[in-house]
Amino acid sequence: MSGSLASMFVAVLRRDLLLALRRRSDVLTTFFFFIIVVSLFPLGVGPEPNTLRAIAPGVVWVAALLTSMLALSRLFAGDFADGTLEQLALAPQPLGILVLAKTLAHWLVTGLPLVLIAPVLGLQFDLPGGALWVMTTALLLGTPVLSLVGAVGAALTLGVRGASALLAILVLPLYVPVLIFGAGAASASVSGMSVAGYLSLLGAFLLIAAALSPWATAAAVRIALE
Amino acid sequence: MNQRIFRFASPQTFYPLAGQMIPLFMTLAAVLCAVGLYIGLFVAPTDFQQGEVYRIIFIHVPAAWMSMFIYVVMAFWCAVGLAMNTRLSFMMALALAPTGALMTAVALWTGSLWGKPTWGTWWAWDARMTSELILLFLYIGFLSLHAAIDDPRRADRAAAVLALVGVVNIPIIYFSVKWWNTLHQGASVSITRAPSMARTMLWGMLIMALAAWMYSIAAALMRVRSIILERENAAEWVAQLPEVKGQ
Amino acid sequence: MANAVLEAVELECLRGERRLFRGLSFVAEPASLLWVVGANGTGKTSLLRILSTLLPPESGEVRWRGENARAQREAFRAELLYLGHAAAVKDDLTALENLDFALRQHGVDASERQVLDALEEFGLAGLEGLPVRALSQGQKRRVALARLALGQSKPLWVLDEPFNALDAVAVSLVRRRLAGQLERGGVVVLTSHQDVDLAGLRVQRLALDA
Repeated sequence: MSGSLASMFVAVLRRDLLLALRRRSDVLTTFFFFIIVVSLFPLGVGPEPNTLRAIAPGVVWVAALLTSMLALSRLFAGDFADGTLEQLALAPQPLGILVLAKTLAHWLVTGLPLVLIAPVLGLQFDLPGGALWVMTTALLLGTPVLSLVGAVGAALTLGVRGASALLAILVLPLYVPVLIFGAGAASASVSGMSVAGYLSLLGAFLLIAAALSPWATAAAVRIALE
Repeated sequence: MNQRIFRFASPQTFYPLAGQMIPLFMTLAAVLCAVGLYIGLFVAPTDFQQGEVYRIIFIHVPAAWMSMFIYVVMAFWCAVGLAMNTRLSFMMALALAPTGALMTAVALWTGSLWGKPTWGTWWAWDARMTSELILLFLYIGFLSLHAAIDDPRRADRAAAVLALVGVVNIPIIYFSVKWWNTLHQGASVSITRAPSMARTMLWGMLIMALAAWMYSIAAALMRVRSIILERENAAEWVAQLPEVKGQ
Repeated sequence: MANAVLEAVELECLRGERRLFRGLSFVAEPASLLWVVGANGTGKTSLLRILSTLLPPESGEVRWRGENARAQREAFRAELLYLGHAAAVKDDLTALENLDFALRQHGVDASERQVLDALEEFGLAGLEGLPVRALSQGQKRRVALARLALGQSKPLWVLDEPFNALDAVAVSLVRRRLAGQLERGGVVVLTSHQDVDLAGLRVQRLALDA
């Protein structure tokens, strides 16, 4: 049945990308949220270049966490409301794989744009070239982890009162490791230290999250559907 | 053997059993606490560097240990509940959570009180304290999720998944935060290294930890009884209870 | 493969604090239709969700082809067609895209021509290219029901209020499809608070508020 598993994965991925394309405004608003949040910090902290350079990785990462959280509410809520999530749960393929496809589509639409715009924002903070690359790579490895871990929270809070605030409480503590090593990588680069360790660790997080979180998310989806 | 275990898994049989155990654990807790505090406040020597202030360690460290231990036990009951679909396991997890959160809060507060005279600041972003703070958030997340879902069965199961996700993440979070900053006093009590503090201090902390453990069990048993009454309030055996009938 | 028999054994359902039913047992033989009746709130939807393994029962089990349904869940789901209360169509996709995805999800190999024919049969000719958001409630329902036209490979149909929001023409279309399913030896379980004429079909009534 592996042929149909792969084709179903692709079908779910394509469907979600198609849906995002047809609701472009949702996607763009979260993207602009990221840009605005990052741009607010210099206004709050003052334009002194040394300060900005020091806080840049942290600021960009925290903004990425918040943007990811904002976007997560869209991952399952629409499907839950119109009954299509139920149908996915009844498909003969393992729900974990289908959920992984949805999460991938979600990241492509909400996480990848952040990775692409981050270097530009880093320039606003006068980050040196090497650090920009490191920060972008770290985001490339880290934002999928945010989507994967966040997906569990999104599934747990389906149809629950006050879901978005609750989602923040549940998921932000779990984001801490990615935040620490993601921002740490860029900071290390600015100080001229080695970044290989940071990036490998982020890669390890990504592998662990990709292996474990779809199953936790599938379990949470089934609980929400009961 | 299995039959007997499953009999205790019924709220109806567990309720009176828990009631009988509570006074035992409370007494143990009180006695151990008295002994521990005596050692901590009078017997243990004055610290070379920190003077008398360090004595708050006899509350801070046991509370911190219990906060982590309770989370693991809570996650264990959640796993049992999900695997075997036993209602009582979920109730036990829910009963443990507030005590765990309390321990975490006490650890944070006493840590802060210790930090001010010792390092000059109410909050130093060191590894242990920051991890404790995140642990507090995990407890709050568990309780908030449970409270937000109306259907008790769904609430139990969703919170259980969350607890398991949390328990897997705790080592990762701890490792990350520790890496991030190591300001806190290095582990003076560890099962792998010889303690670098006076014997009496170690004994004091261990006894206080046991006291905290006994207290936590008693508190959880009290809470689980009240959860049982709430959930099973339509059952015949509940209506027959003297404490319910007498109302 | 054992016979396409759906069996419920001592099912118990607990919703929140209320026990909806207990000790519920029945057998749905091949080529029969089980019509679940009961007032609102008696657990008809919950029963259907238990039968389709979306909701685990508090106690008891569901058996399909003699085996526990949950134990063989992938094989069971491959043979199940479930239509719930919600239409399960995405507003932002067209009727054609919706139906195509639904079929693909259930491993039904249907050509575009067949999908268009199914939509046409349910009175949606010419509307298949519109986003479902632009359709009326009844039309949306019919997009969901069009799956019945291509559900021949599914021996078990579990339908929750399939006749909801349908006009007389659509009702007779659904009825025709139900007859076809029974002719093929399949099983249908449905609820409907409307009194629909199912004469000529082998119908077994199950009353939940008894």
